[in-house]
Amino acid sequence: MASALINVPKTAKRGDIIEVKTLMSHIMEPGYRHTASGKMVPRDIITSFTCRFDGTEIFRTDLFPAIAANPFITFFTRATGSGKFEFEWIGDNGFSETASASISVE
Amino acid sequence: MDQPSDTTRRHFLSLAGSAAVLGAVPIVTLRPAEATPAMLASAIRNVVGEAPIRTGKVKLDVPPLVENGNTVPMTVSVTSPMTPEDHVKSIHVFNEKNPQPNIGNFYLGPHAGRAQVSTRIRLADSQKVVAIARLSDDTFWLASVDVVVTLAACTEEVI
Repeated sequence: MASALINVPKTAKRGDIIEVKTLMSHIMEPGYRHTASGKMVPRDIITSFTCRFDGTEIFRTDLFPAIAANPFITFFTRATGSGKFEFEWIGDNGFSETASASISVE
Repeated sequence: MDQPSDTTRRHFLSLAGSAAVLGAVPIVTLRPAEATPAMLASAIRNVVGEAPIRTGKVKLDVPPLVENGNTVPMTVSVTSPMTPEDHVKSIHVFNEKNPQPNIGNFYLGPHAGRAQVSTRIRLADSQKVVAIARLSDDTFWLASVDVVVTLAACTEEVI
């Protein structure tokens, strides 16, 4: 159902600045739309995105309804050593998804 | 025979007229209130507090003319050495006329290496988008861009 796309380089040199690209499939219903009969469509969005490297938080985002559907977030980080990136998305109606990616640093 | 057809036409016209009025009213009243520049200012104050906000250091990349407000690419970058002594703590993005003034808050630190984030946003109207960066010395820096939107997001009908 829900699926994540993660793009992290597989290898890097120590000290390199690398780009991390993430995409989570989600409708991000803003909660301000109506059906043709005038009924309000309830809000259903991802509210928080967190990235941890070997357990330490390195990046976090609060999301609002103004973030487009299928939130695409990219950021940078410095390659300090080999390890594992863990990504977590939390949202309305108990939405919770995780993904991970490994990097080896020379 | 002329009399009945005339009455029918008049009757039809008055019905059509009242139907148009009835149809128009809900469309107007169902539109949710837009955020106002005052809401933008108070959302910014919630983050910044009483600290002064200076212009500069922040670069906000949003296309100046947007065809579809449902997905607008946005990149915020901040000029910073990103060292433990001097780095960007967080980036906050706001808008003027969506139903809510907030777009996103991004928290980073010296390990980021480069103070730059990208995402895709929604814009409900032609408006100003504001990005504010909080540096490690707790100073705030601002950049803003005026965007023209052809097709609005957020408040359209669901089909």
